[in-house]
Amino acid sequence: MPAAHICSIVPISKTVGANRIVPSVAIPHPLGDPEKSPEEETQIRRGLVEKALTALETEIAEQRVFD
Amino acid sequence: MTLTLQRHAVQTVQLGDTPGIADGTLTVDAEAVRDHLMSRDERLADIRVGLALPGEATRIVCVKDVMQPRLKTAGAEPGSGTVRVLDNVAVVTCGPIVAFQEGVIDMSGPGADYTPFSRMPLVVLETAVGAGVSRQDHEEALRSTGLEAAAFIARSCIEAEPDAIETVAWETPNADPDLPRIAYVYMVLSQGLLHDNYVLGRNAKDGLPITADPRIAFETAIVSGNCVSACDKNTTFHHQNNPLIAELLRGHGANWDFAGMVISNASTRLSQKQRAAEAAVKLVADLKVDGAIVSKEGFGNPDSDLMMLVRGLEQAGIKASAITDEFAGIEGESQSLADVTPEADAIVSVGNANERVQLPAMATTFGPLPDVVRLAGGYPYSLREDGSLEVELQAIIGSTNQLGFSRLSCREV
Amino acid sequence: MPGKIRVIHYINQFFGGLGGEEKGSLAPQWFIGPRGPGSLIQQLAPEIEVVGTIVVGDNYMAEHLDEGAAKVIALLETEIARDKGLRPNLVMAGPAFAAGRYGMSCGAVCQSVQETFGIPAVTAMHPDNPALDIYRQALTVVRAEADVMGMRAALEGMVRVGRKLVAGEDIDPQTDGTIPRGLRQNYFAETTGAERAIEMLMRKLRGEEIGTEYPMPVFSRVPPAAPVADMGSATLALVTSGGIVPRGNPDRIESANASKYGEYSLEGLDRLSADSHQSVHGGYDTTYANEDPNRVLPLDVVRDLVREGRIGRLHETYFATVGNATSVKRAEAYGREIAAKLVNVGVQAVILTST
Repeated sequence: MPAAHICSIVPISKTVGANRIVPSVAIPHPLGDPEKSPEEETQIRRGLVEKALTALETEIAEQRVFD
Repeated sequence: MTLTLQRHAVQTVQLGDTPGIADGTLTVDAEAVRDHLMSRDERLADIRVGLALPGEATRIVCVKDVMQPRLKTAGAEPGSGTVRVLDNVAVVTCGPIVAFQEGVIDMSGPGADYTPFSRMPLVVLETAVGAGVSRQDHEEALRSTGLEAAAFIARSCIEAEPDAIETVAWETPNADPDLPRIAYVYMVLSQGLLHDNYVLGRNAKDGLPITADPRIAFETAIVSGNCVSACDKNTTFHHQNNPLIAELLRGHGANWDFAGMVISNASTRLSQKQRAAEAAVKLVADLKVDGAIVSKEGFGNPDSDLMMLVRGLEQAGIKASAITDEFAGIEGESQSLADVTPEADAIVSVGNANERVQLPAMATTFGPLPDVVRLAGGYPYSLREDGSLEVELQAIIGSTNQLGFSRLSCREV
Repeated sequence: MPGKIRVIHYINQFFGGLGGEEKGSLAPQWFIGPRGPGSLIQQLAPEIEVVGTIVVGDNYMAEHLDEGAAKVIALLETEIARDKGLRPNLVMAGPAFAAGRYGMSCGAVCQSVQETFGIPAVTAMHPDNPALDIYRQALTVVRAEADVMGMRAALEGMVRVGRKLVAGEDIDPQTDGTIPRGLRQNYFAETTGAERAIEMLMRKLRGEEIGTEYPMPVFSRVPPAAPVADMGSATLALVTSGGIVPRGNPDRIESANASKYGEYSLEGLDRLSADSHQSVHGGYDTTYANEDPNRVLPLDVVRDLVREGRIGRLHETYFATVGNATSVKRAEAYGREIAAKLVNVGVQAVILTST
């Protein structure tokens, strides 16, 4: 089944072979940003998950970063 | 501009009422040290000052940092002036666990082979903070306490005549054009609570990369603020005694032209990593060098920083060698690094940190032994009823140090 | 005899002098003393005594590798029970050269011997022998030529290496003529890492052989799975390596090199909170994840998206482990297990979050 990898260090994700990659915010808070307001954070989080959903729905032949 | 190191060769350390050094014996006034440290920081609840000597059946757990007593006594410019150094002794901070990656030091037995600190007397500060002190304050309190203790002990020896005076000169640009020109790229982590470092007083998140006089390391300009896993955390002691800088200065003008040092950081955001690597490579290129050596701290995402630096240097026409440890699984059967690049063809390995060791029970322990099971490199079953341990090298302070301090290496069999 | 290394030699029907291909189905046979190349082993090493030889047909083993190896072990145990003097210090198998079936049977027997008796075993193969893919890591294999022309050299190698194994010495492929097992092994070098790094750079600058201590590997790739046509009618599962677990870490997942992953219920939870969950990952500053675990496992927005119909269903359990110093091999194993579990319950897509 397809898996979308949401992670910060894309080169590592590529190296270990993830095929659908969504770059996240930062290591300690991949789907958040403590410097933003809670509402903005939720927006960011939603946006990343939506990208992941798009990735899951996309046909790919090789590794792709969805950003 | 010279840096003068006034060195005392400590032979033994004892606790006593008259602090100072005489005939190679360093006397530490435990009560005075304790009172001094407690009085300057309200967050501290208690400090137990003790000694751990080489060969003793002593174990120190949840080690936060190790630092050498060094005190700059003259000179405003970083990298030049006078520094008092006490050799063959170190201060160790330990105590209740802050997070997960503090480490173990064994003064005897098989564990002693994997840490340089088993070979010198240690002044141990088992330190607890008050209830309600935040984790950030806990970390900061211990860091500042350890540094202050080391300086306090160094200060007690100011009146004594040093055993040796070492002048560390570093003329640049160097005269001989036939020697290979090389630079040192010093990676320091900057990843948040217990994953930070301090360079010239500033958190390594800010103001890096920079080109700097390599001798600043010898005056405690780089301070560890992290516990990234005991095995490859660069303790403050490691920074103060950076073996790459020492060796590069030793051969400067004879075997090579040590053109300079670039300190770079390793952040948590990909874009920051990329920017830092690019900027660091540019600073190295400005030194017009033929080659560069890159050192590292931590593992996992810092593997990416290392690869970015190496790739950037090679693409800029600068030949690079780099030092890294490995996480190749218990039997060494797995892939050692999280990131790789074909340009990284000159790698020194300082060991597989997943190797497991059996450590016997020790008669004396500083720090909370039960917390061993929570350390990175420890397991729920690590601590046996008889006090013996099974842990990975990962849990031993300095075991796979990526400044290349020790002799541990790894090969394919 | 005191000081002698007692060896049991394992060979196939051809080298055992029992016949060719037509005898390929021969069941394990026992012979006292050496047979075939076993005599040459004794000539090469006076301190080695080949006390017994087991001969098995290549096809017999190829068709039932595990049972065949077990039968060989049983045969050996029976003979030792009869005569304790037969108890070996070392088992030698082959050489198998480039022969695939023979290589597989030598490999299976050597591995079983190591596991069952805890004594060393050594064999010899050509580097192209397909059995190496399976047995390289578990065994000590002397590098041999492709065919029987290399018999003497292969046996010399097996004798040399066999002696070291019995003495408990480390084997170094560079100097001992063995095929690298692909395992990383620690040792203490003569000089520090810093000295070696500078030396290595000097060699590189002089254009000499670099002698890297860690050659860059090539990671294996998985072909991309087919996409889900429409996530709005699909079941999604969440998995994280960021160490998000229920408060209290009920399964005691380790903060590094995790030996397990956890499976936790999301039922009744609209979002994660500082009260309900925590991060036990030792490799990053967990302050932000502990404040709001949705920053690592985005349950809140996933619930929203399910309500809005953008996601069909959320599988009500999530999987978590700690991806800190966890070796790639172990992580692969967890991934496979988790995937199997998810496929079993009809999950069609996964979002994996990492820190």
